[in-house]
Amino acid sequence: MTDRDKTEKKEKKERIPRQAMPEQEPRARVTNFDEVPLGYSPETAMLEARRCIQCKKPGCVSGCPVDIDIPGFVQLVADGDFLGAARKIKETNCLPAVCGRVCPQEDQCEKLCILGKKWDPVAIGRLERFVADFERKSGTIEIPKLPAPTGRRIAVVGAGPAGLTIAGDLVKMGHEVTIFEALHKSGGVLIYGIPEFRLPKGIVDAEVEYLKKIGVKIITDAAIGRLKTIDDLFAEGYHAVFLGVGAGAPVFMNIPGENFSGIYSANEYLTRSNLMKAYRFPEYDTPIAKGRNVAVIGGGNVAMDSVRTALRLGAANAFIIYRRTKTEMPARAEEVHHAEEEGVQFKFLTNPIEYIGDEKGWVRQMVCQRMELGEPDESGRRRPVVVKGSEFTIDVDTVVVSVGTMANPVIPMTTPGLETNRWGYIVTKDETGETTRKGVWAGGDIVTGSATVILAMGAGRKAAKSIHDYVMSL
Amino acid sequence: MYRITERVVLSENIVKTVFEAPDIAKKRKAGQFVILMIDDRGERIPLTIVDSDPVKGTLTIIYQVVGKTTDQLAQLHPGDFIQHVLGPLGHPTEIDGVGTAVCVGGGVGIGVLYPIAKALKEKGTRVVSIIGARTKKMLILEEESRSVSDELHITTDDGSYGYHGFVSDVLRDLIAAGTKIDRVFTIGPVPMMRVVANVTRPHGIKTLVSLNPIMVDGTGMCGACRVTVGGKTKFTCVDGPEFDGHEVDFGLLMSRLQMYSEQEQKARDLCRCGNHDR
Repeated sequence: MTDRDKTEKKEKKERIPRQAMPEQEPRARVTNFDEVPLGYSPETAMLEARRCIQCKKPGCVSGCPVDIDIPGFVQLVADGDFLGAARKIKETNCLPAVCGRVCPQEDQCEKLCILGKKWDPVAIGRLERFVADFERKSGTIEIPKLPAPTGRRIAVVGAGPAGLTIAGDLVKMGHEVTIFEALHKSGGVLIYGIPEFRLPKGIVDAEVEYLKKIGVKIITDAAIGRLKTIDDLFAEGYHAVFLGVGAGAPVFMNIPGENFSGIYSANEYLTRSNLMKAYRFPEYDTPIAKGRNVAVIGGGNVAMDSVRTALRLGAANAFIIYRRTKTEMPARAEEVHHAEEEGVQFKFLTNPIEYIGDEKGWVRQMVCQRMELGEPDESGRRRPVVVKGSEFTIDVDTVVVSVGTMANPVIPMTTPGLETNRWGYIVTKDETGETTRKGVWAGGDIVTGSATVILAMGAGRKAAKSIHDYVMSL
Repeated sequence: MYRITERVVLSENIVKTVFEAPDIAKKRKAGQFVILMIDDRGERIPLTIVDSDPVKGTLTIIYQVVGKTTDQLAQLHPGDFIQHVLGPLGHPTEIDGVGTAVCVGGGVGIGVLYPIAKALKEKGTRVVSIIGARTKKMLILEEESRSVSDELHITTDDGSYGYHGFVSDVLRDLIAAGTKIDRVFTIGPVPMMRVVANVTRPHGIKTLVSLNPIMVDGTGMCGACRVTVGGKTKFTCVDGPEFDGHEVDFGLLMSRLQMYSEQEQKARDLCRCGNHDR
């Protein structure tokens, strides 16, 4: 094909614009916890899929941490073979309904879509979501044929994105896999962290059920490190262990008054609402503060999830307090856009320095400083600098601190020979996830620090290959 | 699913429940706790393990009925199930190398103190126990406490049994009488622990308290259980549950325990427990 032919093909495809996905209206959706985007119809999905020009060397695939055959599944959607498309995705991704919703496609597959150079990229994420939802709703989820059992047993610690991915991969290779999960439900951050309005929990449950159907054993209420150590697992006959325990410990700012009632870590606020269903109190037993003036400190996706949760719990004023500007915010543009639409008030270049409480020890005010941007720091973002004498107060009755997480120390503390770096994250060989302890692999946030669902899944995928080679050599 | 094997009402509103949890029973050490969740709509609450039987594979908990969840728990009988139990959590009590220990317990806290006294006794420590309640019929574990103590003092607030007064009064007397005390362990209502810490502080007697703040996951993930100890924020679930009583900000602990008092009342008023037919 000459360049001119190619251009013509692109032009033709571009006559179809990128298809929008219908959403709940902002005013309606802040009064419920139902999912915001409503998904494509089959017709819209086929129309969108027809925009793909089926590149010979698809950039999109190289942008996918789990190497989905994107042109392959998109073509099947264009042909109307939605179940075939689901099978195609599941060859390399066992959680498509999740990834279609929470992956930052704009920084991965869609960023590298050739159409995006001149027009809008193919809506790969929306198509993935459509296909996964179609398959789930059709009730015809196929169980792949499994190879003969290898007789090798592998323990996976943590039922989050990394753990679920590696468990699916290893079972498909014929190994016996048991996941140990500390919480009472599987899913990790997909269950406790990401709100219902962004990722309905029924979807996570369905993906977990699929893994159980293909043979993954899951033991909940199992605090590895306390109930059983890694040494205990080897003693019980496991041939290898994968640690996908997440970066579970919340970071606080250590400023005066931070332990007043009404001040939460984002982890606690979201866990109460999502995992424990506190938004349905008293139907569910776990309470949550339904603040009128809620301030969320931070500018990441978790901060957006928290502030949008606050609105749905009935806040009259929900603020994002962020020390840099909108440009530097790490949250996805789509999340920020949704938050803006819903009426979140952004206070940029603002940093809290103290909380003031009432006689009952409940937070009432937040003392803040104005900031300005100085020289770029090591992250390349301009460093926020305090504007002297700029202190002011904001009335608040609920605060959610969402400034990051750090490594949970329990497993490194109870596992001899497992090396961690100075931040407490587990040291691994990059490509394989192998740790300094023989027979132990790790991946996801406990290695990288807070990152994305899909990167954790990618780490699970890589470790699966390495663990497979190792256990088969035993 | 964790099957209940025994349920005993110890006093008016203090109940002992024994249930099967063989893996936890094997690992558990004195001072550790579990998080339990009765059913899938329940909340997660921390309870200190009072006793464990690795052979039978059971755990014992003792709790006061104060809210909906403890009320519901108290209604569960042998053969019933608790849906979720996570543990053993927290650091075990450090019991090595203590010459003489005074164990000061109040109310339901006596239940939590007993395993520590027992573990100390097994290590050859001289154990002096001071246990107290509001009134005689609310006193629990008298015989058990006696069996692990070299000396046992009993107090009641109303004078209906033992010494008429508070546990802290007896402790003050012991100190005044020149009793050699290496360490004090105290567990009970927050105001009681605060007073005990105040009694020992001038004498420089190391005093450990076991805290029971509100928790959610119990694994260090949420920070609901944070307390201020020596001016620093600590998570009770992973850094505790025992801390130096002279360093704990008890006022903050008390206000954080009250954080959901309105909702707790509402939940109790609407309690589904009334529907239990037993």
